[in-house]
Order: sequence, then C-alpha cells, then structure tokens
Amino acid sequence: MAVIIEKNTKILIQGFTGKMGTFHAEEMIKYGSNVVGGVTPGKGGQKHLDRPVFNTVKDAVKHTGATASILFVPPAFAADSAMEAADAGIKTCVAIVDGIPSHDMIRIKRYMRRYSKNDKMTLVGPNCAGIISPGKSMLGIMPGHIYKEGRVGIISRSGTLGYEAAQQMKNLNIGISTSVGIGGDPINGSSFRDIIEKFETDDETDAILMIGEIGGPQEVAAGEFAKENMKKPVIGYIAGLTAPKGRVMGHAGAIVSAYGESAIEKVEILKECGVTISKNPSVMGDTVRSVLEKI
Amino acid sequence: MDIHEYQAKEILASFGVTIPRGGIVYSPETAENKAREIGGSKWVVKAQIHSGARGKAGGVIVCNSPLEVAQATDKLLGKKLVTNQTGPEGKIVNRIYIEEATDIEKELYLGLVFDRSSESIMVVASTEGGMSVEEIAKEKPKSIIRSKIEVAVGIQNFQARELAFGLGIEPELIRRASETIIGCAKAFSELDATMVEVNPLVISKQKQILALDCKMSFDNNAMFRRDKVSELRDKTQEDEKEVYASDRGLNYVSLDGNIGNIINGAGLAMASMDMIKLAGGEPANFLDVGGGATPEKIVKAFRLITMDKKVKVILVNIFAGINRCDWVAEGIVQALEKIEIKVPLVIRLAGTNVEKGNKILQESKLNYIEANTLEDAANKAVAALK
Repeated sequence: MAVIIEKNTKILIQGFTGKMGTFHAEEMIKYGSNVVGGVTPGKGGQKHLDRPVFNTVKDAVKHTGATASILFVPPAFAADSAMEAADAGIKTCVAIVDGIPSHDMIRIKRYMRRYSKNDKMTLVGPNCAGIISPGKSMLGIMPGHIYKEGRVGIISRSGTLGYEAAQQMKNLNIGISTSVGIGGDPINGSSFRDIIEKFETDDETDAILMIGEIGGPQEVAAGEFAKENMKKPVIGYIAGLTAPKGRVMGHAGAIVSAYGESAIEKVEILKECGVTISKNPSVMGDTVRSVLEKI
Repeated sequence: MDIHEYQAKEILASFGVTIPRGGIVYSPETAENKAREIGGSKWVVKAQIHSGARGKAGGVIVCNSPLEVAQATDKLLGKKLVTNQTGPEGKIVNRIYIEEATDIEKELYLGLVFDRSSESIMVVASTEGGMSVEEIAKEKPKSIIRSKIEVAVGIQNFQARELAFGLGIEPELIRRASETIIGCAKAFSELDATMVEVNPLVISKQKQILALDCKMSFDNNAMFRRDKVSELRDKTQEDEKEVYASDRGLNYVSLDGNIGNIINGAGLAMASMDMIKLAGGEPANFLDVGGGATPEKIVKAFRLITMDKKVKVILVNIFAGINRCDWVAEGIVQALEKIEIKVPLVIRLAGTNVEKGNKILQESKLNYIEANTLEDAANKAVAALK
C-alpha cells in the first residue's frame, strides 16, 4: 500500500465548482486520481466535470463512499471546511490554501481530538502542494509528470523545493513512493514526525528525504523520532542558511525565533540524530542516491 | 504585523490591564500641553518606533517639567533611532508618547506566544522584568514560569493565580495580577495576536500593577477579520521596498547583498539564496512571486528589484509546475519589454516544458545568461558580478 492514498482512494473536492477547485480537479482526474465528486454548499444536485456536487461533506460521503478530500476554499472558511470533513468521516484531508489564521489551525487541531485514534482524520497542510503517490493517485496541485514511480518517500514544507527534489531524483532515475507536502505554516495538520512514522511502516518505501527550513521545532522532533524508532535511512536538507533572525521568509512558519530553529542549528541536531544531510539544495538527488547505494 | 507601544497599551487597557496615564503627540507644542493635562511632576517621553531596546538607544527621556517634555519631544521627533533590533538604518520617530512617571517597586516579565511544539498559547512570566526574554532565558532561566492555555476554554482563573503566586506577588495584589494576566490572554485570543509582551510589568510603590511597556504582534493572515487592528499598521516603520511588495502580493525581505532574486516558492527562494552564499555571493533580497509565477507577478517583481540600487546582478529561478515554463518565459519577455534592466540577468527555468521555455528566451531579444541547475544559476550570478 502507498502511505495515505492508494490507486482507488475515492476523492472529494471541497470548493469543487470554484475556479481553483475546477482547475485542479481536472488535473487530478487527468493524472488518474479517483475523483468521485465534490462539495459546494448551495449547488447540491448539480453535475460538475461529470461528477455529482453535494451540499455537505456528509451527503457526499454517504453517496460516494469517499475517504479523502482536498480543500479549495478561501482561507476564511478553510477551518470550517476541514472540521466538516473530519466530522463526516473523511480519513485524509489536504488543505492547499495559503493564509489560514494560526488561531484557526489550533482550533481545528483541538476539534479533531474528539475523535479516537482510529477515527481521526489525517490533515495535511495548509499552505502545501498536497500528496502524490506516483503512478497511483494525486491529491494535490503538483506537476505529476516530474514524479517517477519508485521507493523513496519525500516530505517537504515547501512546494517548489519538493518539485526541485523530485526533478533531481528523476534525472538520476530515482523514483518516489509518496511525496507529502506538509506546508509552510507555523501550525500544520501533519508534522514531519507524523509522516516519517507512516513511511517507516510503509513496505513500498526504502528511504525518506525530509526537506525542511528555518523556524519551528518540527525537523528536530522528527530527527529525534528517527533516531529512536526508525530503521529506514533519513536524508535531510534545511533551507534558509542566509535567512536573518526574526524575519518571516515567505512562509508564515519560516521565522527563527528560538534556539534550534536556524538552518545551521537544525543541520547540527539532525546530524547527531543520524540523518544524512544534503549539503546544498543542488545535491538532494545525489545525496539520496549515495544513501540508497549503501542499503 | 507589529503595532506601537501606545496602541498595544490602549488595547490591553480595554481588556482590563492598568496602564500609566499618558497620551500621544506629534509636535513639541502639544507635548507640553499633554504633560499638563496628564498632571503630576515627572513624565517619561517615549519615542514610538516598532522596536524594543529604545531606552538604550536614547529613545526614552525622563522629564521634570512640561517644558522639558516639549524639549525632549523636539529632540526625538523626526529622528532616526537605531536600536539593536532596527538594523543600522534605524527607524523614524513620527509619534511621541508622553506618560506619567511611575514609582517602581518591582519589575516583572509577562509574555504570551504561540508555542509551536505544543500547538497552544503559552504564557511566560518571570520575576526578572526589564531584561529581554532572551537575556532572562540565558541569565536567569530558573526565574521563568510557564502555563499553557487550552484554547477550547481559554485561560482559567487558577492558571492566572498560579502564575501570580509563582511571581511572588503579595496576597492582596494577587487578584489584580490575575486580572492583568487574564486580560492579556483574552486580548491575545480575541484579536488574533501572535505575541503579547508586557515588559516590564511593574508593581508600583502605590501598590498598583501597571503595564509599563507593551508590545503586540498580529497574524497577517487574520487581518481580514480584524479591521480595527489592521488600521493600526504604520507603514513608516517598515522597509519602503517591503511595503511596495506586500501591497502587491509579493513576499519580499530586503537583505544586504547585491544579487537580486526573483523566485517562485518560499522554500526554493531560501534554497537559491543558500546556493548564492555557497557560491561566494550575497543575496540582496528574498522574493517569492508565488507558486504560480504569473506574468503580472513577474512584472511587479522586476519593478521591485530594479528599485533596489545595490542590486548588481538579477537571478531569476522559476520551477514551473502546472504553470509551464513556456508561459513563464513569455511573462519574462513581456516584463522586460516594459522594464529596462541595466545589470546582468541570469535565468534558470526548470520543470514543465523547460525546453520550450528556454527556446522562447533564446529567440527573444533578451540579453541574459541561461542556467540549468540551481548550482549553475548561483555560480553564473556570482561570476557575473565581476
């Protein structure tokens, strides 16, 4: 099985009939993703892209059996939509949207605590590129063709830097099992640690490339988890060597505000955790290859 | 988004925090009147800039008469104040806050921040007020007490009480101290703040608990629902080019180097800057034109970069996904028909339809240097400096 999504995973588009929702739904369908319908409140009963539109996620789940969804709703309504998905029994929800207030993200995460571990939705994002399991399914906005099928997992905060890695790997004939964009916000649905844990138990993944950046405690938390619990090798790159302290570098979460949050400090800590560091962003693919050769 | 001290004080006062009597002025004449209006015999004249450590930089002056208040205001207004947080260019003083002087018995620290590890709001307090929280953490780490707020229910009385007792506050003042802590926590939650800092929070000789200096920052992503807060933005406190960029939907940070960058995606932008540094150069800026890199954004980005006189080379690095390199290339060509570039230009395209994109650039009249990889782009940009 691919981590998180599989070939036949039934997907709903939340914000289906909008411009963004329509465009990316078409791209996902072209890639082969099993998009079974969508939700736009007030447009239930209509057809869009030959698929049914529902008023609520619950209705959509009831009629289609969908287990995954992707949000293309404006930031102001995104928290509501994510909670609606969680309550309707969606298992995996990807929030692409950039600009959700941090207070809303904390509320979403608290809200999701009311579900038991088995019933709890995996939220990925916000402010991310989404998930792709090459050759199987795409639940995201990435250019699918740059991802070659294979056995390396990628986790990235940045979208385009994740594409850069996928392209470098493709040029070296290295394939990807699943790539997960966890997003650039300070508080996100799934952390590096959450996803590397899934990769560790995925029998289609041999090694994991973790693409981090300045700000926040997540890369270090994942490194410490890997040191204690993982057998599969982890490769890491941290962007933001030149970023000044206390400044937000594009991503709301990319700000150094405490010890251990700068690129140099993260690299040092990850090395101590046994993570192989890609010394610059141009050699992410080469570093993955050298690690794979040792397995 | 940051606001001024006096604005933070007004907000916190509306949440039940006591602040010393004071008022904002924009001229020495009004300063003198304001001092009389406030009353008393001793005043503090405080330069309002978006920075801490103003005292050490000469931005806080204690005065003993309304005339001195006017003189101090005259001295500070229009001046650029350089603190250890402003950078060498400093920040301009356009507003002065006049406040009655406080007889301080004890200085405490109170701060609220997002704790990204626990994904909750954290209250941080210390008996060592007056120093920065970094200094406290370094020099008196044992004085720091923390309390996590459960956002579903908000701060509870017992938490505020525990903090107040933890700060060694005397029993008769515990209630007032708790109300102060709760007020700050409510302001944080209800206004989409990302930081509230009262430093120092003082106990006066008259046994009042007062917020003597305050700082608040807010979540830019939440400004759509915080009209009153967003009105407090003071663009004179921000870098001119950064204001230009943010008004046009670009993510831009001005830096000290001379290689200007136009890149799509924050992560790729940081990575490209790292490559420049490793190649021996220094980036002049961080600029993320957004994942889509639309022609409109590219035009705006070139306008912005050409405003920066220290830029000696421009590096464009676009990883086109769904937007396609040919489309991005057309955008670049169109942009440069409108804007004249007088410095060397290095362009690296990658991703969808990269061959088509490069062909469009080659066939255009554009004078540029083509690069293929991140490393190649950085090396060529640094080489073009010479």
